[in-house]
Amino acid sequence: MKTIFLFTIMSLLTFIQPQLLIAAEIPSQLKALHVLNRLGFGPRPGDVKSVNAMGVENYIHQQLYPETIAVPPRLTEKLNGLSTYSLNPDELFEEYGPPPRINGVRPDPEVAKEQRKKAQIILREAIQARLMQAIESPRQLQEVMVDFWYNHFNVFAQKGLDYLWVGDYEREAIRPFVLGRFRDLLEATAKHPAMLFYLDNWQNVDPNSFMRMNPKKTHGLNENYARELMELHTLGVNGGYTQDDVIVLARILTGWGFRGKPRGSSAVSYDFYFNERRHDNTDKVFLGQTITGENGEQEVEEALDILAKSPATAKHISYQLAQYFVADDPDPALVEQLAQKFEETDGDIRAVLQTIFDSPQFWDEKNDGNKFKTPYQYVISAIRASGEEVTNYRPLIGMLQQLGMPFYGCQTPDGYKNTQDAWLNPDGMLRRINFATALAFGRININDDQFPITYEDLLSVFDNQISSATMDAIQQAPARLRAALVLGSPEMMKK
Amino acid sequence: MDMNRRQFLKYLASVFVISLFPLGLTGWAGGLDGDILSSSPELKRKKLIVLFQRGAVDGLSVVVPFGDGRYYDARPSIAIPSNGQSNGVLDLNGYFGLHPALASVLPLWQNKTLGFVHACGSPDPTRSHFDAQNFMECGTPGNPSTPDGWMNRLLSVLPGAHASTQAVSLGPVLPRIFQGKMNVANIALGKNAANPMPIDRPMVESVFDELYKGSDPLSQAYMQGQNARKQLMTDLQQHMEMASQGAPSPNGFSDSARRLAQLINNDTNIQLVFLDLGGWDTHVNQGAIKGQLANHLTGLGDGLAALVNGLGASSYNDTVILVMPENSCAVPGQNHGRYAHLLPHW
Repeated sequence: MKTIFLFTIMSLLTFIQPQLLIAAEIPSQLKALHVLNRLGFGPRPGDVKSVNAMGVENYIHQQLYPETIAVPPRLTEKLNGLSTYSLNPDELFEEYGPPPRINGVRPDPEVAKEQRKKAQIILREAIQARLMQAIESPRQLQEVMVDFWYNHFNVFAQKGLDYLWVGDYEREAIRPFVLGRFRDLLEATAKHPAMLFYLDNWQNVDPNSFMRMNPKKTHGLNENYARELMELHTLGVNGGYTQDDVIVLARILTGWGFRGKPRGSSAVSYDFYFNERRHDNTDKVFLGQTITGENGEQEVEEALDILAKSPATAKHISYQLAQYFVADDPDPALVEQLAQKFEETDGDIRAVLQTIFDSPQFWDEKNDGNKFKTPYQYVISAIRASGEEVTNYRPLIGMLQQLGMPFYGCQTPDGYKNTQDAWLNPDGMLRRINFATALAFGRININDDQFPITYEDLLSVFDNQISSATMDAIQQAPARLRAALVLGSPEMMKK
Repeated sequence: MDMNRRQFLKYLASVFVISLFPLGLTGWAGGLDGDILSSSPELKRKKLIVLFQRGAVDGLSVVVPFGDGRYYDARPSIAIPSNGQSNGVLDLNGYFGLHPALASVLPLWQNKTLGFVHACGSPDPTRSHFDAQNFMECGTPGNPSTPDGWMNRLLSVLPGAHASTQAVSLGPVLPRIFQGKMNVANIALGKNAANPMPIDRPMVESVFDELYKGSDPLSQAYMQGQNARKQLMTDLQQHMEMASQGAPSPNGFSDSARRLAQLINNDTNIQLVFLDLGGWDTHVNQGAIKGQLANHLTGLGDGLAALVNGLGASSYNDTVILVMPENSCAVPGQNHGRYAHLLPHW
């Protein structure tokens, strides 16, 4: 059996002063595995062979244009089988939202509890849809970008009514734009009720507007969305804006919310709606540019344009993409190059990704196997490597929770990190190994007819590209524990 | 670590804006000046156990202002009867009284190791459970984006080497309050706590020991995890054996509290402990002297008594037990408003 001593070489190299290093390219026999790990959630059985057959370049090109890749009918069928997956926010609210007050009287708590229980199916199905696609879809880069952008525009499922909507938010506001224009993502997330709820902009009201006459219903200026829109979504924390800009942006965003319950109507609607009457109509200076106050909704569009076009945004997004795809601490030269591409193409995400995949940094040997997978990436890649079909998602949902990364469960708006710093810890290591061992023995209950996995099968999934250190440990281990070792190895935990 | 008293207090203050500060003076930082903090074996023995009541707790039914007639005006249906009446409050100081379900902690009040910090809490007026919990855990009211929890930050400024079980979270998932850069050991304390996981099997353990024996970060994390787990499992198993010889243990918090005491007594490295107590948002099912709240309080009181008992006098003297609710209720009826109460000991 062929073993590659890549990891030994890598660990030796890290002890050498970096400036003495001349970037060495990943050996060609490892490139297929590299792209499967970085553009996707790792290989399934047969993937390395098929990437080698079509050529690594072609694989990358295809992944950048997911619409050219056929989705297996079985996956489409499974997605269509999810009963809440096609409902819009109003339908979800109608069917699963909290029972209304009747004549101002709170509903019976037992009824409310039952309804909340009934609503659990929405989140469960949203998670299933996410996992199904991440595990089975051949459009792997698209799934990876859903993970990336969801965390970038994070919404926490347990805030207010968001338990109803995170799935719809992902499907309607994130998924269609993950490889498209950044400005479109910005627009779609800004208008979705999930985000309006999560960062409170639906409560953002001009304190001077007549709505203050009804203080029970309004809360005055709310800066939460304005702040995160600049700090996290666009410019970045050092993006050159001030607290005054936050306040101005909050004023621009007054009235930006959802329809709610129009007077005289009994139906509540969470469709996006700009409420003129809550809006601050005075002129404003935002990031040095004058925004005239007569334009209402158009003011927000102008502000989003300014933010999307800012060089700080180009740099911030570029840094994050480089960190996600190349290294925890990415080469500033690469970030600079990506930022240029971002500005040049008016935020064309596909073009920026292409630049990453063409860069020497992406192919630098020292950047291969240097990313410690997030729990999400680890669990999905282990399932993919096992070749098992998942029909029961509960064990995976529980596992992600134990590993500190529950689905749609990041409370803070910065989303889950993807660095080793954030995820490598003693408890997590042991839990990953428990998971790997249970999976290898077919004891994880993800489907009805699981068998123990053989380590020969696993090695062939990785095209036998396993480090000598891991191979040594495998060879010393009893045969029945070898598959567990592969699934719990550094090669599986890193990419 | 070089840290002066002022910094230390600042950390504590930022950690828990209102409540821990005076406790810290007496319990933790008292008598600590300048360099003493960095070398004090005294401090190494001090422990903080935080019990978090998720969901709002109606503090006015816990520590009842029975001496104030307005209380009974405002709570026509769910007030706790005055001291001396049947099922009345247990008098604390003639004005405040304890919910009768908490009778088991009254001795702690009487021996002056129990205090209440009434009518205080997060200065942020949010009425969202999510935000309120978040603020109590991140420790920065009004700023929900703080990446780490205050107990993790506290851990990072404790002096000396960090043992793998210095901070222990009891529950299946690491809570926000403990998230952050520092490593925190995590163990579930339920009935099945001592059930082996795959990694506890000697065969599995030995092959992974072989795989993760290096000086690389993954191996280091693995080894630390194994150390912590083995220590905690040994502590727990000892307790299980003892418990099985005695009376059957009651369910819920009392049971966990007993195990927790055992854990702390067996492992002198443990300094920070966190445990969630869920299910406190009672609203209209609250009841008065009977009902959900009373049931919860009985469990809490019995558990606290069991914990104090289990710790024994010498451990108890080095321990602050902080019971904190996420937020609580404004006076009229049951609404979320600002108020908090604490049951600390120092």
